[in-house]
Formats: sequence, C-alpha cells, structure tokens
Amino acid sequence: MLNDFPPWKVWLLTALLVVGVLLSIPTFLTPAQRELIPDFLPQPSVNLGLDLSGGVHILLEAETEEFAATRLQSMADRIEDAMNRDDPRIAIGDISRSGGRVAFTVRDEAQLDGAMERVRELTQPVGFTGERDYSVENVDSLRIVVTPTQAGFDAAVDTAVSTATEVVRTRIDELGTREPTIIRQGSDRIVVQVPGLDSPESLMSLIGRTASLEFRLVNYNADPLASQTCEAPIGSEAIPWAEQTGYQGCVIVQRRVMVSGDQLENAQQGFDSQTNQVTVNLTFDGPGGRAFGRVTQENVGRPFAIILDGEALSAPNINEPILGGSAQITGGFSVQSANELAIALRSGRLPVQLTVIENRTVGPELGADSIEMGALAGLIATVAVIAFMIVTYGRFGVYANIALALNLFLILAIMAMLDATLTLPGIAGFILTVGVAVDANVLINERIREEQRRGRKIVDAVETGYKEASRAIFDANITNVIGGALMFSFGSGPVRGFAVVLVIGVITSVFTAVTVTRMMVAVWLKSKRPKELVI
Amino acid sequence: MRLLKLVPDTTNIQFLKWRNLALILSTVLTIAAITLTMTRGLNFGVDFAGGQMIQVTFTQDETAPVEGLREEIGQLGIGDVSIQRFGEPNQVSIRLRETESEGEDGGTANSVSEQITEMITAEYEGSRIDSVDAVSGKVSNELFRAGATALILAMVAIALYIWLRFEWQFGVGALFALFHDVALTFGFFALTQLEFNLNIVAALLTIIGYSLNDTIVVYDRIRENLRKYRKMEIVPLLDLSVNETLARTVMTSLTTMIALVVLLIFGPPVLFGFTAAMLLGIFIGTYSSVYMAAPILIWLKVGPDSFVPVETGGERPDHQEGYTR
Repeated sequence: MLNDFPPWKVWLLTALLVVGVLLSIPTFLTPAQRELIPDFLPQPSVNLGLDLSGGVHILLEAETEEFAATRLQSMADRIEDAMNRDDPRIAIGDISRSGGRVAFTVRDEAQLDGAMERVRELTQPVGFTGERDYSVENVDSLRIVVTPTQAGFDAAVDTAVSTATEVVRTRIDELGTREPTIIRQGSDRIVVQVPGLDSPESLMSLIGRTASLEFRLVNYNADPLASQTCEAPIGSEAIPWAEQTGYQGCVIVQRRVMVSGDQLENAQQGFDSQTNQVTVNLTFDGPGGRAFGRVTQENVGRPFAIILDGEALSAPNINEPILGGSAQITGGFSVQSANELAIALRSGRLPVQLTVIENRTVGPELGADSIEMGALAGLIATVAVIAFMIVTYGRFGVYANIALALNLFLILAIMAMLDATLTLPGIAGFILTVGVAVDANVLINERIREEQRRGRKIVDAVETGYKEASRAIFDANITNVIGGALMFSFGSGPVRGFAVVLVIGVITSVFTAVTVTRMMVAVWLKSKRPKELVI
Repeated sequence: MRLLKLVPDTTNIQFLKWRNLALILSTVLTIAAITLTMTRGLNFGVDFAGGQMIQVTFTQDETAPVEGLREEIGQLGIGDVSIQRFGEPNQVSIRLRETESEGEDGGTANSVSEQITEMITAEYEGSRIDSVDAVSGKVSNELFRAGATALILAMVAIALYIWLRFEWQFGVGALFALFHDVALTFGFFALTQLEFNLNIVAALLTIIGYSLNDTIVVYDRIRENLRKYRKMEIVPLLDLSVNETLARTVMTSLTTMIALVVLLIFGPPVLFGFTAAMLLGIFIGTYSSVYMAAPILIWLKVGPDSFVPVETGGERPDHQEGYTR
C-alpha cells in the first residue's frame, strides 16, 4: 500500500487530474470569456441540449410513396417525349401507370425494337453492380413494361434526400439563425435543430414547403362546369385554387409544364407598381427565360396558370409576350408569406416532399429555469452529501469529497472533448454517477472499519479494505457500463443523453473514487505514519 | 473526534427468517403491479402515445385561466384535450391525444399545435409558450420500441455478466430481482397515473443500475463468505452477509435519498416524475437485493461447492478477482 504510489506516480496522477480540471473550465465560461483564451490552447466546451438551451428540434421525413408516384409520372412523360421524337415517331397506345410500373403498347410491330431501344436509353446504371434503375421488358408481343428496380429507387431517394437536406440548410441559413444543426438521419429523414429560436412556425412553414413552382397553360376549351366539380377532361388536370386567393373550385390546365421553378435564377419579394399588391418577382435563367418568352409569344391572349405546390395562385391573361426573362406573380400574399416563398424559390425546389413527424420546441426561459433549478438542487444535494460523508468518515470522507469534485470536473472535460451534449436526463445521469461514486467510497470505508475491528493494523486494514471492496465496485460498475452502452446504442434522445453521462461517469468515478482516494490515503499514511486510524 | 455510525459495529438481524413472507408479499405485489399496468394502463406521454403537449406560463397572472382556456380550445374543435396545472400555479400543460383520423400523418398533428399556440398568444397577453412537443404516431411507435429494446437488452446482458462473474444461480437471482423492481415501478406509474415518457425510461434504467449495484454488493459478500466459511449453513451465511454489508447499504441508500429528496423539492418540474420513480426504485431495489436476490440462492441450492475450485482443495485463494469456477 505505502509503496504503491512512488513520487513519479503521484506526480503523474496529479498532472492528469490538473489537465482534466483545466479542460473542463471552458464549459463554465461565457462565449465572450472563452474568446480571451489564446487560440493555441484547446478550448472544448460541453454543448447544452435543446431542453436546456431552448430551441427547436424538428424531425422531417421524406414522403417516399408520393416520391415514387412522381418519379413514375416523370418516367411516363419522358417515354411519351421519346416516342414522339421525329426519327421516326413511334405510335403507341395510352401509357398506364398502375401497379407501380409504366406500361404501354407499341402499335406497329416493326417499331417494337426501336421503342425498346429508346426506353432503355432513358434508364441509368445504379452504382457499380451493372443494375439499372428501371427494368425494361417486352411482354405479350407488343407491350413494353418499365418497372423501377429497388436499387434504382433507393438510389433516387438517397439523392433526393441529400438534395433536400442541402435545400433545407440553405433555407435556414437565409433566416439568419445561429448555429443550426441539419443532419440527415437514416435513408429518409432529416433532423433540424436550431438553438435559441422561440418561434418555430415560420421555420416550419419555410422548410416544409416543397416550393415546386409551375407555369402551365389553362385549358380554355374545357367545360366551364369542370372548374367547379374539379373533374378534369383527359389530357388536362384540375388544380385547386390556393386558400388565400379566395377562389372556389379549380383551374383546368394542360398536363405539360411549360416553365418550372427549377429554371429560376432569383426570386425577391416586391410590390406591384399599379395595384400595390404584394408580389414575388422572378428572374429566369437563360433557357428558362427563352422558354417563357416563346410560350408567352405563342399564346398571347390566353390565360396562363401559376401553380405552387399543387395549388393555383393566379391565372392571368398573357397580354403581350414576356421576353425579358423576368416575371411577377401575385396570389393573395402577405409581405411575410411572399418573403418566405421568395426564400423557398431561391433555395430551390425540394425534390421530395417533407413532412414534420416530430417537433419539440423549448422556450429559452424554460430551459434557463431548468438549468437554474437543476443547478440549485445539485448544489444543495452536493453540500448535503459532502457534510454527511465528513461527519461519517472524517478524513476519509474529505478524501472521498475531493474525489467526488474531481470526478464532476473530469466528466465535463471528457464530455467536452467528445463533443457530447448535456441534456436534462444527463443531469440525472450526473446524480446517479455521484451516487455510485459515493457508494464506492462507502464500500471502501466500511470495509476498512470492518477490517480494523477484526484486529488488523492500520496499513493492513486500509490495504485489505481497498482490495476487498474493489471487487464489488468493479463488478457493479461493469454492469452499469454494459447497461449504459446498450442504452446508448438502442435508446433514443433522452435515454442516450442519460447513457452518455452514465458511461463516462462510471469510468471516471472508478478512477477518482478508488485510485485517487487510494493515492491520497497512501501519501498521508506515508508522511504522517499515524498511530491510530479514526474512521 | 467521534464519527457518526448509523449502524452498530456488529448486527445480527435474522433477515432471511422472513423470506417466505417476503416471497408471498413480493409475488402478490408483482402480480398486482402487472395486473394494474395491464388493466389501468400507463399514462403515456406524447413520446409514446403520439399527439401534442404544449406548456404555457401565464406571466401576467397569479394562476392560470384553466377554465377559460378549456372553453377556447374547445371552440377550436380539435377534440380530446386535457389541460392540467403543471409546476407553478400559473403554468399549465395542454395535452392532445392523437386522433384516429390523423393516424400517422405528422403534418396534421403539427398544425393542430400551431393553431393552439397562435390562439393563446393572441388571446392572452403576457403568456409564454414554454414548450411544444408534437410527435406523430409513427415516431412514438419507434420511440416505444427503442425504449423497450434498450430496457430488455440491458437486463439480459446484465444477468449474463453476473452469470459469468458469479454462478448461474446468481444470474437468475439478479434477473428476478430486476424484473421485480421494474414491475413494481410500472405498477407505481399505473397507480399514480404520473406521465410515463422517455425520461421515465431513463429513470427505470437508473433504478436497474442502482438495484443491481446493491445486489452485486450483497452477492460479492455471499461469494466471499461461501469461500471463507465452508461448513456454515446457507441461511445463516446469507444473514451474515447481509448484516456485514448493512452499514454500507444504509449509508449509500441514505446519501442517494438525500440527493433525490433535494431534487424532488428544488428540482425542475420536468424531472418530478423521474425523481419520484427513482426514490421508490431505490427503496424497492434495496429490498429486493435482500429479499429476492438472496433467498433465490437458497432455492436454487447454492452451496460452498459452487465456488471452490477442485485443485486448491478448499484453501482460500489469495487472489479471488477474475475467477469464477
């Protein structure tokens, strides 16, 4: 016992503890104070979870079913375009999209091979496996069936969600909030965390918006009745009016999209110079501007529908060709909603619709209250435990308390270095850790008392006490680490926040409560050579 | 300096005398707790049941206008809403259950909570929305599954570890003790209808950790005594082991309870259910270490031979760490 801690070992352990305590200091400083630390020094600090700092946590999920339908529709459109190409044009029957696949019949058997070839050209290889994103088959002599492959679909979802994550990031950056975290989770989810934000509504309406803008020609030949019943004739589509426009029913438009929001270069909120209505001013990119100019030139005098996310905003008449590559849209906007739309359009369309499946908002006051109350309770509890330990174990209680304090600093230092997040359940984890650490010293000290009663000499009693108690401490802590590790891998949110502190705390508490107190006792025994041991 | 001693130096309490009575009591309580949990059910929070929870503080008032709020939210026509005081008298929590029609559609769930927060900020000046939790059925199912998996896996892995370090009987004993503790904690939540949310799962895991810590301390002493006193009958040996660790058990339980009572009184309201569960759990955990984990060893016929290696012929080995058979 006495020779277990030669001076070099004492210095090494002390140095380790000093480094640990120093590394925990940045966590206690305000950002301004942290600025004063010279840059060459490491300055890790523990992140506070949203439940403590206040903020918004949103979990978004991609609507994969709808995505599959849209993807199939676009394949059908591309097939139609490919068959209509003039080299030579291939006559086909109606394209069906039922059962999750695209199917059509080629009218002339001589053109079957050509048709197969053109459809195959539309497919893409997936990864390096040689598999393609659609399988093209010829069944029943003249029928061609195009089925999306699972690998192709997964890859498409993957790309779409990646793009969506970037779009969401751009939109949130435009809001100018501090330090947002946007992480993709699994194959089809995105987690958005914005600390310190107290109005989640504008954030949610902004990031959840698909912002798919389309310009389509109105089908003016359609039965006027159709615009009330919303039943579109074949080849057309009925688009309901957006709620804020105040119109009832639908606009009947052509299926073909003439110009889309993908061809925008910029979007800004503005005002109409004549009516003073709130507008969104659009600037098209080169090809978009040309397409817009051509369509408006060909259709002067006819109405044109502006469709946003499946709802019609307005359907103005084309009074003259619009050739400048810019346009102005109205649709019952408020300044705020027009601004949001402009941001959404600027950052691009979401390639897949996102739904908020979880939203947790904590007001900054509640978070601050929780920290304050948690800290107060922690302080009172610590003082009570410290007093209790000293009254019960005297000098050994003081050692245990020093170890306990060091333990708390070490946990914070390690959490800071691992970039872990402290949450409310994490504070509960601290409490359990304190309990476990105190228990370790109780076990040791009770055992020393017991060994002394059995007539062992001072050094022998201390030695045996540490040795015999260590076994139970070791077993108990290993089981806690096992439990904590499982909680971390299988639990979610709060459970993980708890597990992180528990696992780190259990490891540091064995170090401080056993090794560090043992060192302090050894140094004391060696220098003072006490004649009696009061414990 | 005289130091405090809560437990006399040597005690000889015959704890195990009451083991059959304790067994009946534990069995009855466990069955009652399970039945209560099954029939009455747990008051699942939004984490596990889905729906919305909004917490509001009315900073301008002494007390929250619960009645007026109930009426106004009723007028929104959203359906089943429960409004409760929470923490301070001017704080309320508004809870909406996910309706069937919403199903897995998180979008609707979200817009409902928006409607309410907008109404409150418009109608009540000085009100402060403290928190909004909107969880769709899909996510809550996942959270439930993740919580249950973590709980079950942790229990099984812990029992396996104890089997490895001690003997199979000890693993079985620890598992039964843990099951007992978890069942009673569930029963407590079914009885009080305190909200059962993700934080409570963390509490449950803490209780498991604590109860296990206790069980291992007692088991460790039993293992030691089995090696030391080879001729002693099992019942007195268990009593001896419990008595020898009694001072430690009382000290540790007391210090932890001091910390928890402080947290219960001064801690944030969010942690109330958590702390209450922990307090109860520590009590149950200490009890089960003595009256569940230990007697099971008698019934499973643990004897001195369980630990004595054949080659050393009964001599107590110097280093016991790390050897099991």
